[in-house]
Amino acid sequence: MAEILSLREAVAALVRPGDTVAMEGFTHLIPFAAAHEVIRQGLTDLTLVRMTPDVIYDQLIGMGAARKLVFSWGGNPGVGSLHRFRDAVENGWPRPLELDEHSHAGMANRYVAGASRLPFAVLRGYRGSDLPSRSDTISTVRCPFTGEELAAVAAVNPDVTVIHAQRADRAGNVQLWGLVGVQKEAALAAERVLVTVEEVVDELDPRPGAIVLPSWSVHAVAVAPDGAHPSYTAGYSVRDNDFYQAWDPISRDRDTFLAWMRAHVLEAA
Amino acid sequence: MTWTSDELMTVNAARALAGARTCFVGIGLPSAAANLARRTIEPGLVLIYESGTLGSKPARLPLSIGDGELADTADAVVSVPEIFNYWLQAGRIDVGFLGAAQVDRYGNINTTVIDRGPGRPEGRLPGAGGAPEIAASCGKVLMVLRHSRRNLVERLDFVTTVGHGSGPGDRARLGLPGAGPVAVITDLGVLRPDPETAELVLTELHPGVTAEQAREATGWKLRVAPDPGVTRPPAPAELAALRELSDRGAADA
Repeated sequence: MAEILSLREAVAALVRPGDTVAMEGFTHLIPFAAAHEVIRQGLTDLTLVRMTPDVIYDQLIGMGAARKLVFSWGGNPGVGSLHRFRDAVENGWPRPLELDEHSHAGMANRYVAGASRLPFAVLRGYRGSDLPSRSDTISTVRCPFTGEELAAVAAVNPDVTVIHAQRADRAGNVQLWGLVGVQKEAALAAERVLVTVEEVVDELDPRPGAIVLPSWSVHAVAVAPDGAHPSYTAGYSVRDNDFYQAWDPISRDRDTFLAWMRAHVLEAA
Repeated sequence: MTWTSDELMTVNAARALAGARTCFVGIGLPSAAANLARRTIEPGLVLIYESGTLGSKPARLPLSIGDGELADTADAVVSVPEIFNYWLQAGRIDVGFLGAAQVDRYGNINTTVIDRGPGRPEGRLPGAGGAPEIAASCGKVLMVLRHSRRNLVERLDFVTTVGHGSGPGDRARLGLPGAGPVAVITDLGVLRPDPETAELVLTELHPGVTAEQAREATGWKLRVAPDPGVTRPPAPAELAALRELSDRGAADA
């Protein structure tokens, strides 16, 4: 059953140094507040998993929290490069970053396999691409019925998955709607699940297109209003596109980046 | 009426969607083109974004592939595994529209790393995203990118996404179900694969552009069709629709 904790307590209870951590949310519902708490608690040596490591992972990587990144597209959507990600990969600053790189279809299916507790997933993917040459989690398998050769991708089973949702009830049942991304699969693939929510309510009335993660599939719920900013929470906030554009100059320079993180993350809360 | 070379490129990219029913839309230039097509040549075009939206009808150009308006205006919102497995992989989508960092003469794409020479670390690009499977499984592929030797290269540093591989027959050999790239729209003209060799050949030039300019801006020895066409100048209605989309995007961004 999910416990309702403060964000500080929830991160301290669920995330450990060296963990494999997935923070998911496809543009929508990105758990920034939780990531900032991870940075404040000084958790390091993390293997970070995420289909689209945008600004949230740029911040974690730039602060030296990650030793490895598992991903399929690393950019600032509609703006350009992730400068901290590039600096880590190209120059090893602040520490070298190992990569395991996939396509979106491959990553999505890795989570599906993880949620299903299967060792791998199959897809028609990566055909002719150089990507398999750089990853030991992409292989091929022959269909026993048709003989077709298919791509096989290893399951992802994070130690912890962290997501943001609209709300939970007092029992810890979690409800989210809008672009639901790959959050259900990422949560069910994980050993431990932390969900930040905009609010805790007495009753979860039905919403069109909503999914519910039952309390017994979640380990901790923490209230974090506007916890997805600068991403957004449908029904509560809109995407702060200005911030995504402002991030480009902030993150280009190491010192400017560190000063921003000190002022807005380390000394905040 | 005057226009910029980017507008010329986007208007022609939108025109390339004539007759398409469904389009898997990459962010950036492809998204601008697909949204313009929906407002001009192909009003019924179903826009599909990898964030999980089927039938988005945004009033402005989204900055990301997951802006709220894409979901709010969609016919259906589905999960990311569903969009890739049930809709894309199952072959339900007519056209994939992609941008690219590096493209070679067979329409193969690199969005992973740039080789910067011995002793220097590879330059990092964003990565594959949805492109490998979009290019594999959509009925056909369109690409839009600015024409330069940096973008259109003799040899890719890394093959992220296969277009026509190393020539005719490669897609069938690799088991790629769709037809692959059928046109690359640039700010200088349009390149299409030669039906015999699968090599991209310059078949159309934009008004005022010479074949020599296009050859100069291409990293391989670009072949030019015997009598290359000239694209129609952008119509006032096309430019007005594009500017309205962009202005709204800019005002909101």
